[in-house]
Amino acid sequence: MRKTTQPSRRGRTKTGRRHPLATVALIAIGLMMTGGAYAAINAGTATADTDINTQVNIDEGAKLFQANCATCHGMEADGTVDAPSLVGVGAASVDFQVGTGRMPMQMQGPQAQQKPVQFTDLQVKQLAVYVGSLAPGPGIPDAQYLTGDGDLANGGELFRINCAMCHNVAAAGGALTQGKFAPPLAGVSAVHKYEAMVTGPQNMPVFNDLVITPTEKSDIISYLQHLEAAPSAGGFGLGSIGPVSEGLFLWIFGLGSIVALTIWITARSN
Amino acid sequence: MNTVTTTGQTRTAAAPREGGFTAAAAGYIDDRTKISVVVRDYGRKIFPDHWSFLLGEVALYSFVVILLSGSFLTFFFQASMTQLVYDGSFVPLKGITMSAAMQSTVDISFDVRGGLLMRQVHHWAALLFVAAIGLHMLRIFFTGAFRKPRELNWVIGFVLFILAMAEGFTGYSLPDDLLSGNGLRIIDGMVKGIPIIGTWTSFLIFGGEFPGEDIVGRLYSLHILFLPALVVAFIALHLLFVVTHKHTQFPGAGRTQDNVVGYPVMPVYAAKAGGFFFIVFGVIMLISSLFSINAVWVYGPYDPSPISAGTQPDWYIGFLDGALRLVPPGWEFVWLGFTWSFNILMPMIIIGIFIAVVMFYPFIEGWITGDKREHHLLDRPRNAPTRTAIGAAGVTFYAVLWAAASSDLIATHFHLAIEGVTHTLQALLFVGPLIAFVLTKRTCLALQRKDRSIALHGYESGRIVRLPGGEYIEVHQPADEYQKWELVSYNEYKPLMLRPNAEGKITMAERTRAGLSRWFFEDRIAPASQTEIEASHGDHH
Repeated sequence: MRKTTQPSRRGRTKTGRRHPLATVALIAIGLMMTGGAYAAINAGTATADTDINTQVNIDEGAKLFQANCATCHGMEADGTVDAPSLVGVGAASVDFQVGTGRMPMQMQGPQAQQKPVQFTDLQVKQLAVYVGSLAPGPGIPDAQYLTGDGDLANGGELFRINCAMCHNVAAAGGALTQGKFAPPLAGVSAVHKYEAMVTGPQNMPVFNDLVITPTEKSDIISYLQHLEAAPSAGGFGLGSIGPVSEGLFLWIFGLGSIVALTIWITARSN
Repeated sequence: MNTVTTTGQTRTAAAPREGGFTAAAAGYIDDRTKISVVVRDYGRKIFPDHWSFLLGEVALYSFVVILLSGSFLTFFFQASMTQLVYDGSFVPLKGITMSAAMQSTVDISFDVRGGLLMRQVHHWAALLFVAAIGLHMLRIFFTGAFRKPRELNWVIGFVLFILAMAEGFTGYSLPDDLLSGNGLRIIDGMVKGIPIIGTWTSFLIFGGEFPGEDIVGRLYSLHILFLPALVVAFIALHLLFVVTHKHTQFPGAGRTQDNVVGYPVMPVYAAKAGGFFFIVFGVIMLISSLFSINAVWVYGPYDPSPISAGTQPDWYIGFLDGALRLVPPGWEFVWLGFTWSFNILMPMIIIGIFIAVVMFYPFIEGWITGDKREHHLLDRPRNAPTRTAIGAAGVTFYAVLWAAASSDLIATHFHLAIEGVTHTLQALLFVGPLIAFVLTKRTCLALQRKDRSIALHGYESGRIVRLPGGEYIEVHQPADEYQKWELVSYNEYKPLMLRPNAEGKITMAERTRAGLSRWFFEDRIAPASQTEIEASHGDHH
């Protein structure tokens, strides 16, 4: 108290009231605090998997599971005649199926259709950690593989060799047997693409880390993100499904407009 | 000829005095080329005016566009399968091993100024070329323009259609991308499916085991040299025949077998045709600058292991692909130590028969009808119900095969099971043409009946009149004379009589012919005769 009052009494000018470097120090402290907080929050999201893997969340997940999933998958997630056991499918599988709206399933059919997501992000994660806690299985992928800055050429080649036979080279989707299908990949988030590769949802095969390494998965994701974001070089892509849409377009709009013009050219003026 | 020579000489003498430079230049050219003879003989040639008569021109003009854009592409394309590592400006392919053909195609797309536009012009124009030929052929068929004396020109035109498909196939196989390689693999499989000689033929074509290193170079020679030369030769022949036969016209007042009503080539028709060339060119340019076609850089270089979902050929090869897709399983067996692949042979046989029937249809119909007259007036489709119905059945057959080529896309886009789509199309391949035949024939006959009633009684005016006796009648508005002419002036064919030949025998061929002729003409509506029209006057019912 004395110390603070003393300088004010003593000081003739206001300039001498603070140390010359006080402003700089204040800014530095402010920046460090903001940056630190930002980094802490950022790190928090980056390591959400570990952070969220708490007993509270697992318990919450169990409750959500019993309320929403147990009818088909059983109270202990060990399966019934209607649905398979989820013991050992891993958190990644639940995060994909529930996070893309495929589960809870709308109806029995050749495969689960996508529909609006029914849970909040936190609830999806709680369900995931609950199922993940039942037995070891693929976890939610590390953020370092989801950045989309992998090797495009390698990703493209891997995609054409491993994925294009079902998903089409332009990732426009394709037909499988008995009404099943490989969906188009536009609009699928990086984390869901990764989870689909490691867990093989619906009719998709599993591409584990021995078949396609995490770095290669990251390359494929990067290529797909590039394919989706890059503008079509030649103009409108007509759905990127190749010669069928090109042929239909040509017959309907190309030849259609030509025929209209022949009628115009041969029309008699009234 | 003599008179022309004399007038030419007179004009040459008079030219410097009278017309100045233009006349002098014209005289100079005429003295050396006799162009005035051409103008005299062909410049006054009359072409009738109807929109459907321009479809062949659309094909011709798109071919010109194909030649122009194709020449540009040859400056940059390398028809070689030497493996290189791509190092162009398209990042997602950098460092990928590909053939020189593929690399030069990607370079044309991204590193040659205007290259991508020219590629798209070439490809879109090719699709339009074959489509215009198809529509032109349908017009010829349904109006009966293939009848004597034009049967041979139909065959020439059909050969052009086949050549156009061959041009298309050799063309889209050149870039050596994944899609073209998959297409070639199917051809390879079909060749290998031929019993005994199949494998050897495949090795001959590909220079060893598929894909080899030769095929792109060989296809290139066919695509830019052999096939275009044939196409140009057949187009010249086709047009020569059109000029020799003169153009057909639709029936109408003042139009007969011996005249052509329309515009002379010079100046009206030439101006219209010239303008129309630029319109077709413009439409192709517009489509090519706005819509992407065959993005080879997405398909990536050819490699025999991968294939893309939704792999289809260009539309005109689609019916062949569809035929393969519709074959039920289990049609392959081993006999005498050879594998007999009827899953491949059967589609080839059926398509072969289909193509032969279409190609020789004019002769088949001529034989059945026994009609040896020349025809320069077209039939309205309804006035030849059986032919129109046959055409509709053929179109349906083709359309089902065509749809089958996109069975997987039909399944995904309409949320169906692909097996359901395939089974439906298998049934439709046989049932569809029958349904189309019956429906079309009945529709034609109904339309003929309507024509007849309009010729005899006129149109219903909707005006109800009460007569003094209390009777109500609807007043009919008679058709005008020009329209009546169109409604009643068509040939009425009758089934051929079965007659013994010179030796007094009825041959099996004659019996078949009479049977087919009865099938062709037993259901018919006779055009209203003059007597009937006169008798109907004053009859307002």
